[in-house]
Order: sequence, then structure tokens, then C-alpha cells
Amino acid sequence: MNETVIKTNKLTKRFGDFVAVDEISFEVYKGEIFGFLGANGAGKTTAMRLLCGLSIPTSGEATVAGFDVFKQPEEIKKNIGYMSQKFSLYEDLSVKENIEFYGGIYGLSTKEIKAKSTELIDTLGLHNEADKLVSSLPLGWKQKLSFSVAVVHTPKIVFLDEPTGGVDPSMRRQFWDLIYNAADRGITIFVTTHYLDEAEYCNRVSIMVDGKIEALDSPAGLRKTYEATNMDEVFYKLARKAKRSE
Amino acid sequence: MLFGFPIVQIVLFGFALTNEIKNANIIVVDNAKDQASLQLIDKMEGTKFFHVQKTLLTPSQIDAAFKEGKAKLAVVFPANFYNDLLHLNKASIQVIADASDPNTAVTLTNYVTSIVNDYQAQLSPTASMPYTIVPEVRMLYNPDLKGAPNFVPGVMAMVLLLVCVMMTSVSIVREKEMGTMEILLVSPVKPLLVIIAKALPYLALSIVNLAVILILSVYALDVPIKGSILLLVAESILLIITALALGLLISTITSSQQSAMFASMLGMMLPTMLLSGYLFPIENMPVVLQVISNIVPARWYYVIVKAVMLKGLGFGAVWKETLILTGMAVGFTALSLRNFKIRLE
Repeated sequence: MNETVIKTNKLTKRFGDFVAVDEISFEVYKGEIFGFLGANGAGKTTAMRLLCGLSIPTSGEATVAGFDVFKQPEEIKKNIGYMSQKFSLYEDLSVKENIEFYGGIYGLSTKEIKAKSTELIDTLGLHNEADKLVSSLPLGWKQKLSFSVAVVHTPKIVFLDEPTGGVDPSMRRQFWDLIYNAADRGITIFVTTHYLDEAEYCNRVSIMVDGKIEALDSPAGLRKTYEATNMDEVFYKLARKAKRSE
Repeated sequence: MLFGFPIVQIVLFGFALTNEIKNANIIVVDNAKDQASLQLIDKMEGTKFFHVQKTLLTPSQIDAAFKEGKAKLAVVFPANFYNDLLHLNKASIQVIADASDPNTAVTLTNYVTSIVNDYQAQLSPTASMPYTIVPEVRMLYNPDLKGAPNFVPGVMAMVLLLVCVMMTSVSIVREKEMGTMEILLVSPVKPLLVIIAKALPYLALSIVNLAVILILSVYALDVPIKGSILLLVAESILLIITALALGLLISTITSSQQSAMFASMLGMMLPTMLLSGYLFPIENMPVVLQVISNIVPARWYYVIVKAVMLKGLGFGAVWKETLILTGMAVGFTALSLRNFKIRLE
């Protein structure tokens, strides 16, 4: 089996009486594309924040990239990338400036930043837009740029929080090409989404309902187990039990 | 909010904030102690304008009293007051005012003059040779009664506070709104570094602003810096740091740029304008507002700037206010750090 890059054991997060994340235990392997599905309010975002070091778990254990979330959150941060729902780019900076900024934040040397910058702009085909403000880019470009910036430091794992919101299907397809590319390079992808068709693009998928992981398997395996023709049905069968919604 | 605000404004402006002077501390030096001087002093004590302290002080002692803020006006009766009136039909009294606040000085002097005129009229209703009492007025520190000395410290406080509090808080909240703050928190960058990086540009900007204001006031407005420039700059930097810390605090309790701006307005601009002693003397305010004005940083800064810039005093005179400002800076910073940490949990 592959190396484990994320491992959790009964990871829990409580806000007062409310249990947002309820004793989840799972493993993610290196180079995997791991989908984290669930309805709004199921606890996906909270779980991801626990793994990223944005929030401290109430109980349980977790290691990310080999580091303990309680004791070594700073080490974790150096080894992960993150792309937020809002695409996390500075709109008043140019494409190049954004790359330079995030490169600097992750401690890349000036030489490395320059090399990465050229590489990124080449791969994304942004030669004409390199010095333009990000706010002038169409949504699909922003999305791709945002992802590329999130992995500019070649982290072990990159966390994507609902990265494909509001983008048309052909752009989404291109975006997923980028993700495959990164996975091939050994970067593990942890992606949350509520677009169920995207679940098919993942190696394995977990479905959260009311804070618990109700299912974890490859898309094909899930379809078989739940006797469904597509992920929509799988989800429907599971989510019917859900008591929480946003 | 929409109902409360107008009501508060009417109450404030109608009752609390006023340019009228009541209970102003004045010193009366009675070198005559004759029936005329005693009668006149009696009249002054009888009004609501003055709180009279009867002492025997030399001119330099009066100056010292002004510098310490113990009184705003002094009336000095010469030894032969009544005699002069009787035999020469004319006597003079000295009226010395602290004109570092020219409006107050003029108002108080006018009160004294009108009381004197009143007394004059009392004395000679039927006599053919009218008695004349001539008040010789001296305006200390600001003989030309320029408004600028009063305005410059106030403007300094406003500008520094505006840039530091509002801009800092809006800038930090903007990151939260845009979602880039989250990215910064996930990255290896220490949160403290983010905060400092946000505050630094406004610190630099404020120092430049400060320099410009001081240069303009000395050369264009003829408002001298009588005291140590170094002390003035140091105290201003203290205010800047206090303001930055306040901006930081506001950014931890607001989540949109609009509410950050609004909080800055309510929490900083309005109290600074109305309660710092800049436009309305604090002594005239009802006790409640006087207490509230104690937590407005600008109030203490205003005292310090007037003392150092206009009266030429040194650190010894303003150490109390400096300590208070420092306490505020530390307090705001501690509160914001605590809030920040709580957010992360």
C-alpha cells in the first residue's frame, strides 16, 4: 500500500453542545485524489479546518503529512497548500505579483519563485495576462491560477474547499486536468465539493452526514454497495437520514 | 439605532455639550482688601460662572498655576483700589487669562468685564463723575488670540486617529472579507507578523502626516513649538500606537469593511470630536460624560500637546497623561490579541 499522508482517529470538534465533527476516522494515501462529500452543514468544512491547522480539535487524533495536529501545527502548515472557496487571490495584485507573494510566504527563494513563475505562466498560457490585475481575469482562469498558486511550493497535500463553485462545465473539466497533473506529481489532493458528478473524478470518496462519515470507498465501490447508477443516488440514499442542513 | 441616535444627539448638544462656561476656576489676588474689592469679589463669587480661589500670588506664581491647569483666569486688585476710586474716580484691576484656549479666555474675560461694568453702574447711579474701573487684560501664551493654537492640537489628534484607527481596521477586515486572511492563517506566516505588516504602513504614513502638520503649523500658521520637539514626537507616536491597537481591536470584532468603518466612527471619531475637550470644554459636561471622556485617548493627548507645544512644559508635567495613554495602548493590544486567539479556536 502507499504511504499514508493523512490519518485521523475519532477526530471530534464540538462547539458547546453542538458536535460538528463526530469521531471521524480515516486514512488518505499519497498521490490520491480524495473527495470529501456531504450536504451543507454536514461538517466537511469544519473537518478540513481541523486538518489544516485553522481550528483545534476537541478530541481524537490526527496526523497530516506526518505531523500531529495538536503538537506540530506549524510543521503541517509548511507542508500543505490550501485553496479557499473564494479562490484566495489578491484582486488588486497582478498575476505575477500573486505568484511572487505566495511563493514568498511559503519560503521559496527568489530564484525558485522566478522559475516557478515562468513555469506557471507557461502552463496556464497566461503570457498576455501576467502583468494584469487578477480582477480582470475571467472566473475560470482565476480558478486555475488559484490552484497553481496553492501548489507553488509543491506541498505534500493540497486542500481544496469547494474549488469549482460557479464555473461552467468545460472550465471545470480543464480544472480537473490540473488536479490530475498535480496528483501525478505525487501531490495528494483533498477536495470537498457538493457537485456529486465530480465525485467520479476522485480515487476514493467519503460522504459525511451529520458530522459522521457514513461511507468511504471508491466511486465504483459506492455505486455497487448502494445499488445506484450514479453518485447522486448514492448520496440521496445516505442523505435521507440526515437531520442537519444549513 | 435610527431612533436612539437622534435622541442621543439632541441630549448631548442640548444639555451636555456647550461652550458656556460654568464653574471655571479663577484666582483672585486681593491686595486691597477694602470694601470695594470685597464687594466686587463677592459679585464674582455669586455668579455660576466662576469658582473663586482667593489667594495671594505673585505674577510668576500665577503663571505656574496656569501652566498646571489650576486656573484659567486671574483677577488682581492693586493695594489702593478703593482709595483710587474715591479720590481719582478711577482704578484699574488686572485680568490675566490663559489664552492657550482663546475661546475660553475671551469668554471668561468678557464675564469679568461685564461684572465690573455692572458694579461700576451700581456705584455711580446718580453721581456726576462716574467711577471707572478699567480692567487691564493680558492674554498669556497667545496674546493675539489666534485660533490656530487651539486648532492645531485638535487637528493633530483627529488626523492621526483617523488614519490609524479606521484605515488599519478596514484593511484587516478587508482581508477577512476577501477570504485571503484564511489563506494567510493556513500558511506558515505567523499571525503576529500579519498584524504588524498591516499596521506598519499606517504607522509610517502617520509619522509623515505628523511631520507635515507640525511644519505647517510652525511656518504657515505661526504656532510655535515651545517645548521639546522630541517629546512632542514621542508622545505622538504613543498616540499612534494606541490608535493602531484600537484599530486592531475593532478589526477583531467586526466582520465587514462597512461595520469596521462604522465602529471606527462611533468608537473613535465621535468621542474624539465631542468628548476630548477639543470643541467643548470638559469641565462643562455633566459628570457622566466627564467620566466617559476619560477613556477617549484623544483627551489625554490633547492635554499633552497643549502643554508641550503651547506652554513649553516638559515630561514632568505630562507624565500622568503619558502613563494613561501607555496603559490604553497596552490594554487595547492585549484585548485584541486575546480576541484573535479566540477566533482561531
